[in-house]
Amino acid sequence: MKIIVCPLNGSRPVSEFVYGGELRHAPDPDSCSDAEWSEYVFNRSGSPGIKYEWWCHAASGFWFIALRDTARDVVIETYPADKARGLGAPEPPP
Amino acid sequence: MPHRLIRFGLSRKHPEPRMFTRPETLKPAYDVVIIGAGGHGLAAAYYLARDHGIRNVAVIEKGYIGGGNTGRNTTIIRSNYLTPEGVQFYDESVRLWQDLAEDFDLNVFYSTRGHYTLAHTDSAMRTMRWRAEVNKHYGVRSEAVDAAFVKRSIPMIDMTCGGHAPILGALFHEPGAIARHDAVAWGYGRGADRRGVEIHQETEVTAIRLAGGRVVGVDTTRGAIATPRILCAVAGFTPRILDKVGLRTPIYVHPLQAMVSEPLKPWLDPIIVSGSLHVYVSQTARGELVMGASLDPYELHETRSTLDFAEGLSAHMLDMFPFLSEVKVNRQWAGLADMTPDFAPIMGVTPIEGFYLDAGWGTWGFKATPVCGKTMSHTVASGRNHPLIEGFAFDRFAHYQLTGEKGAASVGH
Repeated sequence: MKIIVCPLNGSRPVSEFVYGGELRHAPDPDSCSDAEWSEYVFNRSGSPGIKYEWWCHAASGFWFIALRDTARDVVIETYPADKARGLGAPEPPP
Repeated sequence: MPHRLIRFGLSRKHPEPRMFTRPETLKPAYDVVIIGAGGHGLAAAYYLARDHGIRNVAVIEKGYIGGGNTGRNTTIIRSNYLTPEGVQFYDESVRLWQDLAEDFDLNVFYSTRGHYTLAHTDSAMRTMRWRAEVNKHYGVRSEAVDAAFVKRSIPMIDMTCGGHAPILGALFHEPGAIARHDAVAWGYGRGADRRGVEIHQETEVTAIRLAGGRVVGVDTTRGAIATPRILCAVAGFTPRILDKVGLRTPIYVHPLQAMVSEPLKPWLDPIIVSGSLHVYVSQTARGELVMGASLDPYELHETRSTLDFAEGLSAHMLDMFPFLSEVKVNRQWAGLADMTPDFAPIMGVTPIEGFYLDAGWGTWGFKATPVCGKTMSHTVASGRNHPLIEGFAFDRFAHYQLTGEKGAASVGH
């Protein structure tokens, strides 16, 4: 992976981007248990796979979502961040 | 040519013993199965057999002995950490390292060089003084030294680092050392093998069988084994093994790259680390410069090399040592670093009875090889965490009791 297609700026070299970790949905801090909160804060899905991830185009400060295969380092698709709801982990209850 | 070699060449039987035996088949049951024949797994097998009398042990390895991070690191051994847990743990490891060659009857090329962590800013100098005080408190030889001391010890260094990162001083850690990484794996492997441990290479774990919350066996590509105890020591492959038993941890995997130069005349005796320039470098007995920088910036489960890394590291090397500009890079490689959020390992018992973990070794695992073997063999034999690893317990995240080790290598602080 040497080029990432930014939804705002188009194809750019990977050195212009900052990795922001896997897309995760926070539980409600007022109602969740300590165990649920520590699970959210610390634990990660560490195995390789096709994951939704946060990425930022550093030059423009634009955050977006990339669907990437972490075993082969291939970006499958990118989305603007406002499409993040409904991707990856299931939505927390309202 | 030595006489012995001629005799060996002319012999029809090739009577010299190999380093290890290669058992043909797996036994149906073992007292302990260790997943991963790297330094950590083999060290645990060695001490289980030597110190705890548990010899019916299988070490299962999907590749070959020492082919993972044991063979991919930059071989730096030191104990100048920042937390009390870290300093005591790594200090015990350095003590074990110093006797290893005699234990094994094998030269591990252990070479005490002295280790300099350069400080380029006032705040870095403050951290160096802090680390020195913590170290001295636990009897570890470290001290904060000034710029003149650094220049005397490393005369070839450009003290201004290209004019943009002047060296103000350093943390000097006298026991800092390097060793031959392959010999460590072979020494532990041979020692374990001679005591009855079976090492099965090219044998991959496909499933782990549990019953009633405890371990009962392992399925491998070469057949099923019954066992009440499993030690998982697989570094960057830890999340994949943990998925098989349904455990979740904070471990995330980034590649860590390194490279080595062509051999040069000896000119660099100590080990040099600069956190600000993201460089660590030492010169091996063969004259090669072994160099590393920082973790790759995103998750990846592939050991590819990048030009970005070689360029960035070379640029910083030239800041410190401009005279190396014509020196060639011989090899470049990567390993999979299993990182944790507090830069401390995850060791010992887990919520699954009989399943023991030696993981989260990120960028700091090689130096800990002997002490991990010692403490994990004790933990597996007794079923309780060794006192030295209590700060690294599996459940510390659930209790919000992180260790906060900021003395780790290759990570920004």
